[in-house]
Amino acid sequence: MDKEKNTAVVTVLGRDRVGIIAGISNLLAGYDININDISQTILDDIFTMVMIVDLKDLVIEKSDISDKLKALGDELGVQITIQHTGLFNAMHRI
Amino acid sequence: MINDYEIIETMKMFSQQHLDIRTITMGISLYDCCASTPEESCQKIYDKICRCAGRLVEVGEEISRKYNVPIIHKRISVTPISMIAAASGASDYTIFAKTLDRAAKDCGVNFIGGFSALVQKGYTASDKTLINSIPQALAETDFVCSSINVASTRSGINMDAVRDLGVIIKKTAEATKDSDALGCAKLVVFANAPEDNPFMAGAFLGPGEPECVINVGISGPGVVKHALEGVKGQDLGVVAETIKKAAFKITRVGELVAREASERLGVPFGIIDLSLAPTPAVGDSVARLLEEFGLETCGAWGTTAALAMLNDAVKKGGTMASSFVGGLSGAFIPVSEDEGMIAAASSGCLRLEKLEAMTCVCSVGLDMIAVPGDTTAEVISGIIADEMALGTFNNKTTAVRIIPVPGKGVGDSVEFGGLLGTAPIMPVNTASCADFIHRGGRIPAPIHSMRN
Repeated sequence: MDKEKNTAVVTVLGRDRVGIIAGISNLLAGYDININDISQTILDDIFTMVMIVDLKDLVIEKSDISDKLKALGDELGVQITIQHTGLFNAMHRI
Repeated sequence: MINDYEIIETMKMFSQQHLDIRTITMGISLYDCCASTPEESCQKIYDKICRCAGRLVEVGEEISRKYNVPIIHKRISVTPISMIAAASGASDYTIFAKTLDRAAKDCGVNFIGGFSALVQKGYTASDKTLINSIPQALAETDFVCSSINVASTRSGINMDAVRDLGVIIKKTAEATKDSDALGCAKLVVFANAPEDNPFMAGAFLGPGEPECVINVGISGPGVVKHALEGVKGQDLGVVAETIKKAAFKITRVGELVAREASERLGVPFGIIDLSLAPTPAVGDSVARLLEEFGLETCGAWGTTAALAMLNDAVKKGGTMASSFVGGLSGAFIPVSEDEGMIAAASSGCLRLEKLEAMTCVCSVGLDMIAVPGDTTAEVISGIIADEMALGTFNNKTTAVRIIPVPGKGVGDSVEFGGLLGTAPIMPVNTASCADFIHRGGRIPAPIHSMRN
């Protein structure tokens, strides 16, 4: 599946408000990261937004992107995380 | 494509249900560190550990960042020191323990296992030296863990070692009495010890293991408990199926981390140990998980049956998820490290005898049990003998990690802090078994050991 591709999942959990998508898109654009897919939904009363992003050559652990997203989340009052897609493929696909 | 539900489920496992990778443990063979003097041997040991494990912590943190997965411990296990120190001619092996401690600290890991001996059939001179060095070695080091395998289904039980270890445990308690016998929390007595176990305090790298290897221990009682909360009142077949699915997912995280660590460190991947290892944190308890089966408290009648089923279902789900499963693999029931166990033991519902029964069907043994400081060495040996018999005759691993806390009695409790937790002092049946223990010798291997 996506295993060989360098993609990641960006997740936003919390209360919906103006500026979440704008803020994240801006930040990602600064790293030259393209958003492949975006969806939002309410799960168990929590606003949830999931983005699948193309990291290209970016290496999550060698970049400050996790910290920057976390800081943006703190500013917006939501929780934002970025995780390599490999984790989800491992857990949910046989 | 991964769907949103799966993504959110995963996020919650980590953020709310305490799923984590408990440990990446690097096994390092020390066969090439034998030397004719202890100083020379220790220098080789130190150099080799630092050479192999120098990047272990850094790599663990990188992987943790990539997947946003907590990796709690990075640890090292080594070849049993009794084998390596034998040629050095030393009359006390504390110097070897101190070397391991120094290497662990310089590599940034928080435990190093392998101050160990395998004596299930008898002692070598070196095994004796090592065992006699344990109290001082554990008192003078911070991160060193010691384990002694005194029994196996193939060899029977070395009752001389069982007798001697009762005394050694008492001496270790005395030598570390200023920290409430903390030394005993780092000393495990085994039957059928696995050679690839990544979990402390019982980790060592067995004689059949490779030069250097990565073994990973996972955890996640909270995830399984949460999954069971979704099937309240349904029959036990559904419960088993639910546990298997949760175990599968947990194990896959371990497999992913293990393979990635192995690749980055250039060291082969050994095994995943798919154990449910509790911590004292609320929501990370095996006891509470057992209670989710429908028990008022852990220790109630039905606990052993629930644990048996849990242990089995975890293995079934886990083996599907990884081709290389090993170590202890099952459910851990350390009393002091599990919030629900602490509560059950403090209320008197969970007694040593019930715990003993539970160890017949789970992956470890009487683990992190604090008992009164005046418990005799013979009674401790008796407890070890019974537990070793369960392992030897049922063809499974069992272990004893018991802490006779000097100056404390039933009603007191002891605080070890961190993951080692808080242990209520549990009452012990003090009827004498001294004459039995002092017979010594070997309990022959059971008839079903003869499989050839």
